[in-house]
Amino acid sequence: MTSTETRTAGRLGDSPLRPDGTLKVTGEFAYSSDLWHDDMVWGVTLRSPHPHARIRSIDVTDALRVPGVSAVLTAADVPGENAVGLEHLDTPALADRVVRYQGEPVALVAADHPETARRAAKRIVVDYEALPAVTDPRRALDADAPLVHASHEDNLVRAMKVRRGDPAPTAPVVVALDFEVGMQDQAFLGPESGLAVPDGEGGVDLYVATQWLHVDQSQVCRVLGLPPERVRLTLAGVGGAFGGREDLSMHVHACLLALHTGKPVKMSYARDESFFGHVHRHPAWLRYEFGASDEGELIYAKADILFDGGAYASSTGAVVGNGGTLGLGPYRIPSVHVDARGVYTNNPPCGAMRGFGCVQAAFAHEALMDELADRVGVDRVEIRARNGMREGDLNITGQVIDSAAPVAELIRTVRDLPLPAPRAEDPDIRELPGGASNTTHGEGVVRGIGYAVTYKNVGFSEGFDDYSTARVRLEAVAGEPVATVHTAAAEVGQGLITLEQQICRTELGVDQVVVHPKDTGVGSGGSTSASRQTYVTGGAVKAACEAVRTTVLRRAAASLQRTDLRLEGDKIVAESGEVVAGLVEVLEEPVEETVEWRHRPTSPIDPETGQGNAHVQYAFSAHRAVVDVDVELGLVKVVALDTAQDVGRALNPDAVVGQIQGGSAQGMGLALMEEIVVTDGHVKNPSFTDYLIPTILDMPPMQVKVLEYADPHAPYGVRGVGEPPTISSGPAVAAAVRAATGKALRRVPIRPEHITF
Amino acid sequence: MDFLAPTSWAEALETKAAHPDALPVAGGTDVMVELNFDHRRPAALLDLNRVPDLQEWSRTDDGRIRLGAGVTYSRVIAELGGTLPGLAMAARTVGSPQIRNRGTVGGNLGAASPAGDSHPALLAAFAEVEIASLRGTRVVPVAEFFTGVKRSVLEPDELIAAVRTTPPAGPQQFCKIGTRNAMVIAVSAFGFALHPDRREVGTGIGSAAPTPRPAPAAAAFLAGELEAAGLWESRGPLPENLATDFGRRVRDAAAPIDDVRGSAAYRLHALSVMARRAATWAWDSYRDENRSAA
Repeated sequence: MTSTETRTAGRLGDSPLRPDGTLKVTGEFAYSSDLWHDDMVWGVTLRSPHPHARIRSIDVTDALRVPGVSAVLTAADVPGENAVGLEHLDTPALADRVVRYQGEPVALVAADHPETARRAAKRIVVDYEALPAVTDPRRALDADAPLVHASHEDNLVRAMKVRRGDPAPTAPVVVALDFEVGMQDQAFLGPESGLAVPDGEGGVDLYVATQWLHVDQSQVCRVLGLPPERVRLTLAGVGGAFGGREDLSMHVHACLLALHTGKPVKMSYARDESFFGHVHRHPAWLRYEFGASDEGELIYAKADILFDGGAYASSTGAVVGNGGTLGLGPYRIPSVHVDARGVYTNNPPCGAMRGFGCVQAAFAHEALMDELADRVGVDRVEIRARNGMREGDLNITGQVIDSAAPVAELIRTVRDLPLPAPRAEDPDIRELPGGASNTTHGEGVVRGIGYAVTYKNVGFSEGFDDYSTARVRLEAVAGEPVATVHTAAAEVGQGLITLEQQICRTELGVDQVVVHPKDTGVGSGGSTSASRQTYVTGGAVKAACEAVRTTVLRRAAASLQRTDLRLEGDKIVAESGEVVAGLVEVLEEPVEETVEWRHRPTSPIDPETGQGNAHVQYAFSAHRAVVDVDVELGLVKVVALDTAQDVGRALNPDAVVGQIQGGSAQGMGLALMEEIVVTDGHVKNPSFTDYLIPTILDMPPMQVKVLEYADPHAPYGVRGVGEPPTISSGPAVAAAVRAATGKALRRVPIRPEHITF
Repeated sequence: MDFLAPTSWAEALETKAAHPDALPVAGGTDVMVELNFDHRRPAALLDLNRVPDLQEWSRTDDGRIRLGAGVTYSRVIAELGGTLPGLAMAARTVGSPQIRNRGTVGGNLGAASPAGDSHPALLAAFAEVEIASLRGTRVVPVAEFFTGVKRSVLEPDELIAAVRTTPPAGPQQFCKIGTRNAMVIAVSAFGFALHPDRREVGTGIGSAAPTPRPAPAAAAFLAGELEAAGLWESRGPLPENLATDFGRRVRDAAAPIDDVRGSAAYRLHALSVMARRAATWAWDSYRDENRSAA
């Protein structure tokens, strides 16, 4: 049979070149910080120097006198409700009478030059009265702890209990540990930035780098006191996000200034300000205990997890939810007792970051799993395989794992990957710990291997109405069929734009697919977080394409008088493969469909037992890390970081591997170097000079083994990809360093002095 | 802020004399960061990047090397890797390729940071700083150049013209601790040089005191022990306990602080390890030289 060989390139399963790739590599991509308007003025933010203080007064007189200044705004100038927040409306857009963390926005200035605006901001006189600050989250729930929010009874954001099985379990083998995880930053390279353009009729258009346009819109509207149709958002070029753009940064501020001055207002944080401009990963204190049989089979697990939420709630509730429901890892455990809490302090606010709740917990449960393995004399890989979840198991909240759960296969797969060659006799120093810094020529260097496995929820959980909207239009343009896909789902670098095109090409058999700018002109796409966009917005685009296709084929059936038709290669093709018409022939009128698409519902968990179908899908990954440690100097070189991950189905294989590589680097960074150091509520290292992220020399080449066990409940069988690598890589690196040094190392990042002393 | 851009050395000196509060820019990898972070607001910038004389290095008639203050780290590595090995090793640890293409040894000295990567290597090599003004030229040993945190002997009308150093008669080493394997500011650093012609040892400590400083007592101790044991001539192996003892004495010469990059205790420990290793590597090279010469 002669089938048409016009299969369009760039369909699902291909890895087409992304439209932003070359531009980013050559420095030509337009990020939000590149936005420009000829008439614009610049906005800057004055921030609190105190972790906790009362504002007695603010005097803006001197700032207003600076030539070129067009506005100075404080909380008194907020027209609507001065409250934003993802879970709780507890965050003022501008501090009102009290500041609760160092860096909290207090006042705004607009001027014709950013330097003028900065100088004017320094002339704002804020009279602060310092207040006692809660800076140790372990003391935040003490009866005598100062209240971060005076209107609350205590400093608790959320407490979660998970109880299952025997309430008083015993076991022949018991192991326990305490673990501490430092505050990681998303460290995205594109600073918070955007441009607000007043429309002259009291409304505003905001162009901004973000992760969820619609949740931004609703918060901005509340503060401005405007309805959604008067506050329109368009996604600007995003330079990384990783959760740090879920909360608002300069969004409201630029709009306030724009509406006040009547001029377009650009705001773009400098690098040091960026460290105060977004939430960070929650530091955590974890106490774990495993009870097991003499063979190492888990009988019970207990965990007590404390997250420092900082001054405002942000996503702390969801982080506690993940820590509580997922914090024991991908294991079969008959009896469970978990308490997870998130608290307010006067530290920097913490919120969403890749893998949240699970990243912190995995360091603890994986360290303890190694300890259990050693105690019972079982291999560290085998103990994970033996206890690992399998499809059909119940997890600790009583939810059936109803698609692949290949824990044993993943951990054995990474074990069986080739190991790196032993250290050369006379190695290039760049291959050794310390690298080009020439601290060892082999002296003191010991190799260690570590393993870790994880699972992570995909999508929003606990009964959240998690949906995405897609509008797909198919029309003839200059005699060619063109599909246009319009969603509000944010492209933050993960490759969604390419994926949307791939779906349209596959479902509609068209070559040309235009991706409409991401804006609030279409319904919500939900958040670009929780590894959810391929699943949820991918599902919405698929559904919208199917609706368009149905209409097109109905038209074709009517005009061609046959029903055995499909769309392929810009043509209408019969079952036999014969081309029976050009697609444009049925597109005299465009076809357009808009679909709001939902995944299977989740449900809230029981507040007393923590039981329930909290999550929609689980994604599993495993890592094996090989490290060389200079045990005398405490310096680490990661020699290999290999991984296996089940992605359900790789719709864009190159993008999948890219996510896994990037996520693995970020997890490794937390294990070895990435920490915002906070002392008494003050950030000590708000710069890339002292907040270190891995360089190309720190990141080893990776072997990535992608498993594709399609999830029957998900569109195309996909499973979220972005987060699991960030979770299992760090604990594997930490385990490898423990193996090399023989040290317990119950804190990350592991600093050189933790190894040498 | 005025931007002054002389195109000759004479003009640079005149400009500095006329604008003593102008901040020299020799590469700008420190200055521009400080300006961006608003840590510093000089009345004027004096851009020395367009002064051709500063970008030259040469051998003087007495066989010494004169390294213009504007020679970049990249050029030190590419053109002087064999001639000034300690400085080249230090240069390789500076920032990223982009920073090494821009940053200069003279700029590093001018900033006078205790963490400057060049300093331990220059100290160990007994290098000198050539300082000039309209009043004339003076030469200051690097060990006497630094007077405090980010402070030096430079007078307001003076500029750094060059670094002068003797091509080494013996092996040199440089080690630096950072918490990642590249692009990192030193947690602590150590420069080491054997001067068999003078029967001396050169040392330089970075990031472990208010200024870069040598460890003269440790250096004299090691040189003395080498002399006493006849090791300069015999080129026998460096006794392990001697290397360890030297490391301890280097550590004792430091006065570090706790900060976000590392604790004082770790810095001291790391210095003792680096000094022991650096001395051992250099000594092993010294022994190898003899073997290859034989």
